[in-house]
Amino acid sequence: MAVFKTKTAAVSEELASQIGESESLSVQLRRMARKNKLAVASAVILVLLVLAAIFVPILSPYDATVGDPSIRLKPPSGAHWLGTDEMGRDVLTRLLYGARISLAVGVVPTLISMVIGVFMGVIAGYMGGKIDYIIMRFADVMLAFPSLLLAMVIMYTLGGGMMNIFMALALVGWASVARVARSETISLKESEYVQAARSIGVPSGRIIRRHIFPNCLPALIVLFTLNIPSAILTESSLSFLGVGVQLPNSSWGLMVNMGRQFLYNAPWISLAPSAAIMLVVLCCNFLGDGLRDALDPHLNNE
Amino acid sequence: MSTLKSIVRRVISSIPVLIGVVLIIYLILRVLPGNAIATMMGEHYNAEAERTIIAELGLDKPWYVQFWMYIAGLFTGDMGTSIKYHKPVSELIATYFPVTIKLSVMAALVAWVVGIVCGVISAMRKDKLADRIGMGFSLLGVSVPVFMTAMVLQFLLAYKLGWFPIQGTKEGLVCYILPAIALGWSSAGSVARLTRSTLLEVMGSDYIDTARAKGRSVSGAVVFHALRNALIPVVTVMAIQISSLLSGAVITETIFSLPGIGRLCVDAISGRDVPLLQGSVIFATVLVIAGNLVADCLYSVLDPRIRKEV
Repeated sequence: MAVFKTKTAAVSEELASQIGESESLSVQLRRMARKNKLAVASAVILVLLVLAAIFVPILSPYDATVGDPSIRLKPPSGAHWLGTDEMGRDVLTRLLYGARISLAVGVVPTLISMVIGVFMGVIAGYMGGKIDYIIMRFADVMLAFPSLLLAMVIMYTLGGGMMNIFMALALVGWASVARVARSETISLKESEYVQAARSIGVPSGRIIRRHIFPNCLPALIVLFTLNIPSAILTESSLSFLGVGVQLPNSSWGLMVNMGRQFLYNAPWISLAPSAAIMLVVLCCNFLGDGLRDALDPHLNNE
Repeated sequence: MSTLKSIVRRVISSIPVLIGVVLIIYLILRVLPGNAIATMMGEHYNAEAERTIIAELGLDKPWYVQFWMYIAGLFTGDMGTSIKYHKPVSELIATYFPVTIKLSVMAALVAWVVGIVCGVISAMRKDKLADRIGMGFSLLGVSVPVFMTAMVLQFLLAYKLGWFPIQGTKEGLVCYILPAIALGWSSAGSVARLTRSTLLEVMGSDYIDTARAKGRSVSGAVVFHALRNALIPVVTVMAIQISSLLSGAVITETIFSLPGIGRLCVDAISGRDVPLLQGSVIFATVLVIAGNLVADCLYSVLDPRIRKEV
């Protein structure tokens, strides 16, 4: 009798949570849109930037690689909104081409680190015991490193190149994701509907897929938005130090690095990409905060 | 459990992390693909010389034997010899470390002062204009890349106005002011946010109501009653910030040409100096672990309620 009761409770709870989740997500997002104008504005800016980076060959009349030597180091003007660099190339055009790499570096490694981190964290939290201990001590070790130094060491071993940057940033980022995923899993594991599912013999893999993972999602979405800026900042620091993106590719960090020697007579060359990094990081932070308020009420107090 | 006992337990629990850190850096630099000796020799590569170097450094032994030799060396303060400088790594770190300490302490001061002031103002004027400005200013610090702040300060205050030295450490502590501002501002944001949220939480508690009922003004209650408790988590977050301060120090030391640990790491990479890179990264990470340890211990000393959990 008791088992039967728990089962119905579990089913109805599951139904309620499924319906509630799908309904409340859009409702919550709309409420965020109404209440948090800053988050919406940030989202709009980010979308516009992505579009500009995609369509820059159509939008810009200039070439990103071949410059006009007669207009070297010209300050911002009507023709060149952000000025020209030491080879007479349009800084804005280069900035938008660089956005492709910088934005990709923000998103791709963050996604990889989320996948690794969620996998490790959910397993650790769900299994407990020795597995939990080993995974979390490993995460502790990764978190002990100053992130930039660890990324530098990995880049040193792997060498430059986009794939290696993705790998380095993913390796640096997964541990903090694992911590969040683990603590979410542990609290969900104690919840009644998971206990109920376990008591009627639902296999662990399915409990994780159906009950634990979907309920971790809000916290993970917030974490994803907030981890993008740190990936962008770390990449730009790596490229600034010369161990990140390598020519002929160009990211914002590399542009800053290249423009640094002209800081005193043509500051716009390195300040424009710096400002672009700042803008993207700010927008991601505002958006992440907005999403946190809307999606994840229990994170609010932290 | 006594405080001392919990501190000892916490110290012991950080030993596996310490060993893990050394192991991971060791594996990344020595075992992963790529021949460090060949890279080190660059265009002067010569198979005969390579074999001599390998035998000299004990690199022909299995990796775990080498790792053991390295660990044993660490205990005696021997971190190997720098390839670029031809000096013991530990000696180089000892020479470069004081610069990083001065920079980090001054940056921490900046972060503390800016963060706590912004946080207190924001909490006292919650949801008002001052709150937005305070939080906006600290959020800006988190979002601006450290190299941008550093370059703008260097360009405006050092180059244009000439108030500060542009780079180097010849003129003493003045040289550290601009790098410390650039570095500290980036850490001020989390201090400000934490100060604001804990202060708001504390301001809602009964003993603040009591103090107010006894006639304390709001600012009096904040300064004499609330801040004392609200700052406990802030103290610990400062110790945890050592990690991001050290990451940022790499950038600021490069821009302002300060001879510190961060600069040493960058030099080690450009000079393909594996022992130096290994030593300085391990040293920096040990500092972070020690910082976390101090944070936890301080926390349990400052807040008796935590003692059981540490």
